[in-house]
Amino acid sequence: MKLLKLIFRNTLRHWLRTSLTVLGLAIAVVAFVVIRTTIDAWYAQAEAASPDRLVTRHAVSLTFFLPVAYAERIGGVEGVNTVSHATWFGGQYIEPKNFFANFAIDHTTYLDLYPELLMAPEARDAFMQERQAAIVGQKLADRFGWQLDDRIVLTGTIFPGDWELVIRGIYTGAKENTDENTLFFRWDYVDERMRQETPGRAGYVGTFIERIDDPTQSAAVSERIDALFQNSIAETKTETEEAFSLSFVAMASSIVLGLKIISIMVIGIIMLVLGNTMAMTARERVSEYAVMKTLGFRPFHIVGLIFGESLFIAAIGGGLGILLAFPLGGLVSIALSTFFPVYSIAVLTLAFAALSSFAVGLLAAVFPALKAVRTPIVDGLRIVD
Amino acid sequence: MNLLAAYSFRNVLARRLTSTLTIIGVALVVFVFCAVLMLSNGLRQTLVDTGYEENAIIIRKASQTEIQSILLRDMANVARNDVAVETGPDGDPFATGELLVLINQPKRGSGEPSNVPIRGVGKYSTTIRPNIRLVEGRMWSPGTSEIIAGRKVAENFQNGGVGGTVRFASRDWTVVGVFEAGGSGFESELWGDYDQLAQAFQRPIYSSLTVRVPSQEAFNAMRERLENDPRVTVDVKREKDYYAEQSNFTRTYINVLGIIISIIFSAGATVGAMITMYASVSGRTTEIGTLRALGFSRFTVLSTFLVESVFMALFGGALGILAATFLSRFEVSTTNWDTFAELAFSFQTSWKIVIGALIFAVGMGIVGGFLPAIQASRIRIIEALRAK
Amino acid sequence: MAEAIVQLKSVFKSYYRGRLEIPVLSNINLSINEGQFVALMGPSGSGKTTLLNLIAGIDRPSDGEVRVAGDDIARLSESEMARWRSENIGFIFQFYNLMPVLNAFENVELPLLLMKLNRAERRRQVETALGIVGLADRMDHYPNQLSGGQEQRVAIARAVVTDPNLLLADEPTGDLDKQSAEDIMELLSRLNKEFGKTIVMVTHDPRAAEAAEYVQHLDKGELVQA
Ligand SMILES: Nc1ncnc2c1ncn2[C@@H]1O[C@H](COP(=O)(O)OP(=O)(O)OP(=O)(O)O)[C@@H](O)[C@H]1O
Ligand SMILES: [Mg+2]
Repeated sequence: MKLLKLIFRNTLRHWLRTSLTVLGLAIAVVAFVVIRTTIDAWYAQAEAASPDRLVTRHAVSLTFFLPVAYAERIGGVEGVNTVSHATWFGGQYIEPKNFFANFAIDHTTYLDLYPELLMAPEARDAFMQERQAAIVGQKLADRFGWQLDDRIVLTGTIFPGDWELVIRGIYTGAKENTDENTLFFRWDYVDERMRQETPGRAGYVGTFIERIDDPTQSAAVSERIDALFQNSIAETKTETEEAFSLSFVAMASSIVLGLKIISIMVIGIIMLVLGNTMAMTARERVSEYAVMKTLGFRPFHIVGLIFGESLFIAAIGGGLGILLAFPLGGLVSIALSTFFPVYSIAVLTLAFAALSSFAVGLLAAVFPALKAVRTPIVDGLRIVD
Repeated sequence: MNLLAAYSFRNVLARRLTSTLTIIGVALVVFVFCAVLMLSNGLRQTLVDTGYEENAIIIRKASQTEIQSILLRDMANVARNDVAVETGPDGDPFATGELLVLINQPKRGSGEPSNVPIRGVGKYSTTIRPNIRLVEGRMWSPGTSEIIAGRKVAENFQNGGVGGTVRFASRDWTVVGVFEAGGSGFESELWGDYDQLAQAFQRPIYSSLTVRVPSQEAFNAMRERLENDPRVTVDVKREKDYYAEQSNFTRTYINVLGIIISIIFSAGATVGAMITMYASVSGRTTEIGTLRALGFSRFTVLSTFLVESVFMALFGGALGILAATFLSRFEVSTTNWDTFAELAFSFQTSWKIVIGALIFAVGMGIVGGFLPAIQASRIRIIEALRAK
Repeated sequence: MAEAIVQLKSVFKSYYRGRLEIPVLSNINLSINEGQFVALMGPSGSGKTTLLNLIAGIDRPSDGEVRVAGDDIARLSESEMARWRSENIGFIFQFYNLMPVLNAFENVELPLLLMKLNRAERRRQVETALGIVGLADRMDHYPNQLSGGQEQRVAIARAVVTDPNLLLADEPTGDLDKQSAEDIMELLSRLNKEFGKTIVMVTHDPRAAEAAEYVQHLDKGELVQA
């Protein structure tokens, strides 16, 4: 329709203002996407969880360890297919700020339980054969420039001393949300040294991981496992991998909530910027709208013009923001890689950003449109700009 | 200049809606900026307040936190008997070996479990930290499964109050008292008798040894001795320094994220201010021409518009700061990732934050107003007067 | 005798500032016949624009009856009035009021968008209108690329493009130099004589008023005999 052209020309009328508005919107949309993605990153671990995996930990808290001998008994539980174990090692690479997750795992079973960790068959073999072998995620290797066969030293915080490792494998994730920022090495390496240095600490692991035959039976299997150790010195708590991961998110619920509030405030900023522009625009055009009404245009025409302009700007700003979110999100992901192993922009976030821009576009036009409709023609004509 | 300031100010008032929107934009940004820094500051301050100037803490080398530290009793004894350690009220070394472990307990409200630290303490634990004060109930009776709770634990966890029972290590423990510790991190802990807890957890070790060493020289000498003593592998720190470090990771997270968000936000608000200022300039072309015709210099015109923009930004900044100060009434209870334990703390303002926020706001005003002000100063008198 | 196209019967109009009543027009009785060219004169503030607005149906009388082309416009609803205006009235403003973002052609085309016409029909009518005002060669010029006189001629083309019977002009030459003003008056006369348009024109310029068939004087809100 012809009026579309008028809308388009109107937006270009104050091209500087329109560009600034578009820029402001784009920036706010980027902020929105970045914050939402940061929130998602908290949940990434839980999302990557597989429904057929359970995690068993000490009932008191994760800082207590379980006897490795439990593995055999858990393996006998009806519904459990495979048992493995992983222990948060808490090793530091050179200095504390190089933080990343590192686990001492049962090399014989762990990789079977995590088929999403993809690596060359040779890496797997080397891992099986060599006690000091380590496997690292691709992103982690990139972060420190590690190559295959590099030797690195982790300083233990929970297990004292320096621990020399050889990188024998670099894994990539099968899925977008697979964590590629973790180092795995063999638990028997840790245990051997514990046996020599502090025998009292030998033979303990942080968590058991079970693969179950039927994911719908996870609750029943969990109960059966925990029942085994009821009233023993080390009682257990078993839950699905997802619930286990979500318990970490719950611990940070205040921060996640804060981020959610901020992400809503961003939409407020978009609203202010566009609202401001639309208010100015409408004020400047009072007489033009009056002329149009004199020519016989009806209020809905005028309303259409104002909404059209507002939505047009919102669409361009929102679109630009969504486009910019990818490179900028990448930068943020690098800045935050210590904290979030997985940082990727979800389609839902983009959809929500688009929807918010649209809603803001509508909302910003309401007040100016009302004002334009309500201003009597005679008053509008009286205002000569 | 006074007249020009009034002129700028009245112009802000004249374009009321637009100015208000701009001011709110700046206020929002400054609010978020302050809130994040106040959160980070509150976290740090709570932990800094936890440590005592006169005390030193000894943990296993490289373990960084008490939770991860294991001090065998003979190691602890070497440190306890160091000459630098003051003599306590009973004539023995003024030192206390403590066990700190985390127990997973449901929070009030959400019912989600979180980690509460429980500290097994000895006879000097409260004397060596003089601001620990029982505010409700009583102390535990020796040899029983009784514990006392920090005020924040009592408030934030189910069963944390007097009379509550907490189950862990195959026993039911009854909370018999609630204590305060001057708002410090200890208020986020449960305390019980060392002997009872070490037995229940089957951990006959210490997590840390806290000793009274008031003089700095004595402390330095002690650290020197212990860190070179082949019988022990320990880190020796001032208690204050130790606690201050217990939030590095979490604070870095909050700060990095907060600053990224603030910068992106401020770009948005600056653009908003720029839009308003450009409109202000184009709406006053004739006015500017008149001012110039009256003999005001380009520079004066430029500064008038900058002042106008800075006015708005300062006003918005002040609003944002004011709104943020209300946050200090709120307490946040969340996991401190450095220790993996739940810690309660409040938003805390500081002059540094307030001044930083004002500078930030003025910065937005200057950046947002500069280009429009340049444009205003470039307007030619004749053309401006001819414009309708 | 020709039929009366505009008929005002004891029309009153007041504005209210708060509770204060400001009478602007009182007891106006006026009848304008089809094909007449009437000039409306009077001192500033006497109510000329107000009267014109009432005839144009962009304002409503406080009391009395305004009949234009047989319709009692006070009875029409807002939307009926808008449609009525687009069909019956062409309005010409002192400050032209062209859309700065549209070129001459598009400005003239604007009122046609309200009618059910296809592109070709619209183009033909716009070209005719611009031809009448002598600006066929300026169709793709934007208002800021036209002189004041040309702008006003585009505005006139816009007013006649829908072929209304009644043209209303509020000081159409008020902002123009002498030569342009004469051109505009000539154009209006031609529209009146050749095309039979009824014209009501407010003006301060006695020479412009000469082009009109007769002059109505307005003073302090009342019609007076000159
Ligand atoms: N919306 C309004 N509110 C209050 N008073 C008004 C309003 N509109 C017009 N008036 C008053 O009505 C009177 C007539 O105004 P009008 O515009 O009709 O005068 P005019 O004859 O066209 O004058 P001019 O020759 O200066 O254009 C004036 O005194 C004016 O102040
Ligand atoms: Mg008038």
